[in-house]
Amino acid sequence: MYKEEVILKNKTGLHARPASLFVREAAKFSSDIKVIKDNKEYNAKSIMGILSMGAGKGDAITIQADGSDAEEAIESLVKLINDKFNEKE
Amino acid sequence: MKGIGTSSGIALGKVLIYEEPKITVEENKAKDIDREIARLNKAIGRAVEEIQQLYVRTLENVGEDEAEIFNAHKMMAEDPEFIEGVKSKIRDEKVTAEWAVKQVAEEYISIFENIEDEYLRERALDLKDVSQRLLRILLGIESMDLSILKEECIIVAEDLTPSDTAQMNKDMILGIVTELGGTTSHTSIIARSLEIPAIAGVEDIIGTVKNGDIIIIDGSKGTITLEPSKKDIEAYKTKKKEQEDFRFKLQEMRGKGSISKDGTKVEIAANIGNHRDLNSVIENDGEGVGLFRTEFLYMDNNRLPTEEEQFKAYRFVAEGLEGKPVIIRTLDVGGDKDIPYMNLPKEMNPFLGYRAIRLCLDRTDIFKTQLRALLRASAFGNIKIMFPMISNIEEVRLAKRQLEEAKEELTKENIEFNPNIEVGIMVEIPAVAIHSDIFAKEIDFFSIGTNDLIQYTVAVDRGNQHISNLYNQYHPSVLKLIKMTIENGHKEGIWVGMCGEAAGDEKLIPLLLAMGLDEFSMNPSSMLKARYIIKNTSKEEIEPMLDKILSLPTAEDVERFIDENIVK
Repeated sequence: MYKEEVILKNKTGLHARPASLFVREAAKFSSDIKVIKDNKEYNAKSIMGILSMGAGKGDAITIQADGSDAEEAIESLVKLINDKFNEKE
Repeated sequence: MKGIGTSSGIALGKVLIYEEPKITVEENKAKDIDREIARLNKAIGRAVEEIQQLYVRTLENVGEDEAEIFNAHKMMAEDPEFIEGVKSKIRDEKVTAEWAVKQVAEEYISIFENIEDEYLRERALDLKDVSQRLLRILLGIESMDLSILKEECIIVAEDLTPSDTAQMNKDMILGIVTELGGTTSHTSIIARSLEIPAIAGVEDIIGTVKNGDIIIIDGSKGTITLEPSKKDIEAYKTKKKEQEDFRFKLQEMRGKGSISKDGTKVEIAANIGNHRDLNSVIENDGEGVGLFRTEFLYMDNNRLPTEEEQFKAYRFVAEGLEGKPVIIRTLDVGGDKDIPYMNLPKEMNPFLGYRAIRLCLDRTDIFKTQLRALLRASAFGNIKIMFPMISNIEEVRLAKRQLEEAKEELTKENIEFNPNIEVGIMVEIPAVAIHSDIFAKEIDFFSIGTNDLIQYTVAVDRGNQHISNLYNQYHPSVLKLIKMTIENGHKEGIWVGMCGEAAGDEKLIPLLLAMGLDEFSMNPSSMLKARYIIKNTSKEEIEPMLDKILSLPTAEDVERFIDENIVK
């Protein structure tokens, strides 16, 4: 099991386009991936889960993956967040 | 049968009745749990397919931004948490798939709606849409999707919503007949811009025809021929041919100036409602844009547009016109145009209420953002600013003060703009037309908005089909106000344009030319025809008739006079 904590730095947080990019990226991996915020777990492959989490700019979230490609999954999702989802402005 | 012809052209084809399906779900115990799960899986597969088709079509016909919404829908339909939630409900409570879908969707919708976030509230709407689609499929209710029509047809509906028309596959739609609406309703405007013949205000057409009936419609006359005879069909074919020949003749108008037979030069410009309409302006050889409505920027999202988003849209049009003028109208919301997220109060008399400039002068945050975006874009082309719904001089001064403040801000921030940007007002309230000699001293141009000017002058709600016969652009009082406005504008040395439907009316163009109108702004598809009329009209020949026309007692007299003496 791998996990890493990240802080959302992009303007919209895990909303709108970033939320769908995040879910789409997570869906590329076979591992079971969860996002943890305020001690609650959300399925990283579920747009509804991610949206109902309501994570905004500045929030800290933990990404946790379990499975054969868990390490790559964490690496790629953390990179997406740190690159601010390639948002403009 | 007869209605109001709202988009010219004739069509012969099969009727397709377009109705929103009504969906009701009752709580029912499932007899066979596995069967319910299988039904659910199948419905999801089908829903995803439909959404995918909508995505592709919107991408091809409209654009990437608009298509993105269907990607969001697809993700929701395929969402593992959602699907698992529905399946658990089916298993645990032994209920039908449709009841489980409804319950689980409602749980998420209420989560989304209860989080203080505009974006999530918007997703709640998406989820409603997706769950309706699933329910419709589960219940076996035939969907009707105007974007995936299989054969050419004439659409018959109560009315069409903007989302219906946005999805319309125009290649399959020969004509549109609606029970509601009139010349200026949404469906009519879209039909004209897509050049689809249309008739509005046809009472009980849905009860009269059935799917597959062959009918002929004439969008100029507003007539519908049910069960056409061989003779009717022959006549239709002849007329269709004539219309195509005329269309060919209009193409020859391209690249020629809009100069009357006796040498008066006017400008023929386009009304557009989206920056993407720029193509149709160029295709139809417009000499500019006389009305760029900005409401789309506010309606396409569930939040206010940013300065940057607006700037890009305005700049796109200004640059695309390569120096030709574009008159951009500031936000004209309220009345019949609602923006849900703004939570505008419901009013008894929305057309006389809190709308357009009245709202902007109250919500100066919204107004200032738009003015800044307009000014910034003015550095990239020939932009003019126009304020809608002005009713007194104070409003002009307050609006101009906001503009000056925006200019000062930009100057301080070292951002370029055109400091001499022209500022004008819409003349659409009789109070302004009557006082136009004084208003003309305050601004750079007038643009007469006849749709509202008629409605306010004759006190007729233009969307109310029971009184649509009273709404008439040949009403002598309206024509007098138009003439007065043009003359007062010219006395003060400013130019006067018109951006209402009347500017593109072939019967009124000669009159307006004779009154001295400088700019005619209309639906892009009418521009070449308008030029054709201008080129074949002599201003000097009509001028002496004006007094006579304006002294005629009724609108019907005016129209008859024009038919007999001018258009012939």
